[in-house]
Amino acid sequence: MAVERAEGLSSKDVVGISPLSPGEIQLILDTAEELLEVAQRPIKKVPALRGMTVVNLFMEPSTRTRFSFEVAEKRLSADTLNFSASGSSVSKGETLFDTARNLMAMAPDFIVIRHPNSGAPHRLAGVVPASIINAGDGINEHPTQALLDAFTMRQHFGDLQGLTVVIAGDIRHSRVARSNAFLLTKMGAEVRFVAPVSLLPVEVESLGVKAFRRLEPALEGADVVMMLRIQLERQKKINFPSMREYYDFFALTEERLALAAPGAKVMHPGPMNRGVEIDSLVADGQQSVILEQVTNGVAIRMAILYLLAGGLSDSASDS
Amino acid sequence: MAEDTKSLATVVQIMDEGAVRRTVTRMAAEIVENDGEDVMLVGIHTRGVPLADRLAAELEGISGKKPSVGRLDITLYRDDIGPWRPAHTQPVLKKTVLPISIDDKVIYLVDDVLYTGRTVRAALDTLIDYGRPRAIRLAVLVDRGHRELPVAADVVGKVVATSRREDVQVRLRPADDRDGVWLGREAPDGS
Repeated sequence: MAVERAEGLSSKDVVGISPLSPGEIQLILDTAEELLEVAQRPIKKVPALRGMTVVNLFMEPSTRTRFSFEVAEKRLSADTLNFSASGSSVSKGETLFDTARNLMAMAPDFIVIRHPNSGAPHRLAGVVPASIINAGDGINEHPTQALLDAFTMRQHFGDLQGLTVVIAGDIRHSRVARSNAFLLTKMGAEVRFVAPVSLLPVEVESLGVKAFRRLEPALEGADVVMMLRIQLERQKKINFPSMREYYDFFALTEERLALAAPGAKVMHPGPMNRGVEIDSLVADGQQSVILEQVTNGVAIRMAILYLLAGGLSDSASDS
Repeated sequence: MAEDTKSLATVVQIMDEGAVRRTVTRMAAEIVENDGEDVMLVGIHTRGVPLADRLAAELEGISGKKPSVGRLDITLYRDDIGPWRPAHTQPVLKKTVLPISIDDKVIYLVDDVLYTGRTVRAALDTLIDYGRPRAIRLAVLVDRGHRELPVAADVVGKVVATSRREDVQVRLRPADDRDGVWLGREAPDGS
């Protein structure tokens, strides 16, 4: 790849793809490549983060991402504390900053945060010394998802440069789509957004992507087709007539997938709504790499934790 | 492991091509003498890897059978990574490859230079997470002293008396373009 790998990350936090350089993205992907092997060992644990504490602060429901972070933390031997919005002081009216200040009194080295408000991780990063990792903030970014998607694409195509990636669905409410657009355009891929016009974000042109209102023309020559979930919890009003109509026009079916490049891969960040945005035959089909995405997610999160944990710049050697 | 030559005031060669070749041959003979021909070699990144390959070729010459050769990255087990520092540069990870199960094998860990012993400690911890070998032994091309942990090599190519201000540089084919060992000395006011 033409991108030169960075020697280290330039910030103590990973709050989004937007502040990362192509070299830093390359470093995270390459590091994850080596960490993938830890899951194949008889003892799936290495001591790299021994004695370090990670707080998982999840203010929004999450299963996959929360489990993935927790597995990554445990495989690196970190101690983990889980904090969720329900059943905590937040439900008693505490603000994010008071929660964070109280957590800092326990001296965590990392805070993994998912929050319904866009920008919450960025503001937290400015006030606490711990490394902040964004696990999804509102409709802004979900950087670890975009990194694991890119990692999965790289495994199948070798290089991101020159790939054509279709991202279809509820783009407007999707932090996954935004982070993927930032990452893929930085790394030289072409990104095509597909959505009913009511679900396209207003700033779509400034993201450097091509917008389509129909799935069929966008699929032509696509190497990767990424389907997004309709996020009913983020829609204040109804943006399309019915789920049935959405399926008829925008769902990825076998017939529509046949329009993409031969051997195109199907991705989905989960959770899937079968029969809404994706047909079961496609979700479980030969071209689906949806479960590989989950496996790769652990390695990406391990890579970020490892790289943020820092180390000696001169890598003092001691044979 | 070797630092960059440029920071060193004087560099003296202590083993040439022939010396390296004869030493590797003798080390292979010692391995066979100690443990027979049924051993597995595991090279520690970076220059333990070509040294393990060279020893394997010598062992094949003796017994007619090539031993299994693995490579080990000990980075995640080092005692000098983390906590977070402003530099933000963690050592780059490399591949660990163990082609066969290490259970019940006699393993020779192979590295170019034995110094503080901390790399060997990390390598032992790494290896043990992959299984339960019958025995783990250590073979090094150069033992330069200054141990900080109770570690000793079973097979040593050459013992070199050094000061901590000196640096031992090993070059081995095919990782490098030549074979040899050099002793570098820092300038008195150097860092």
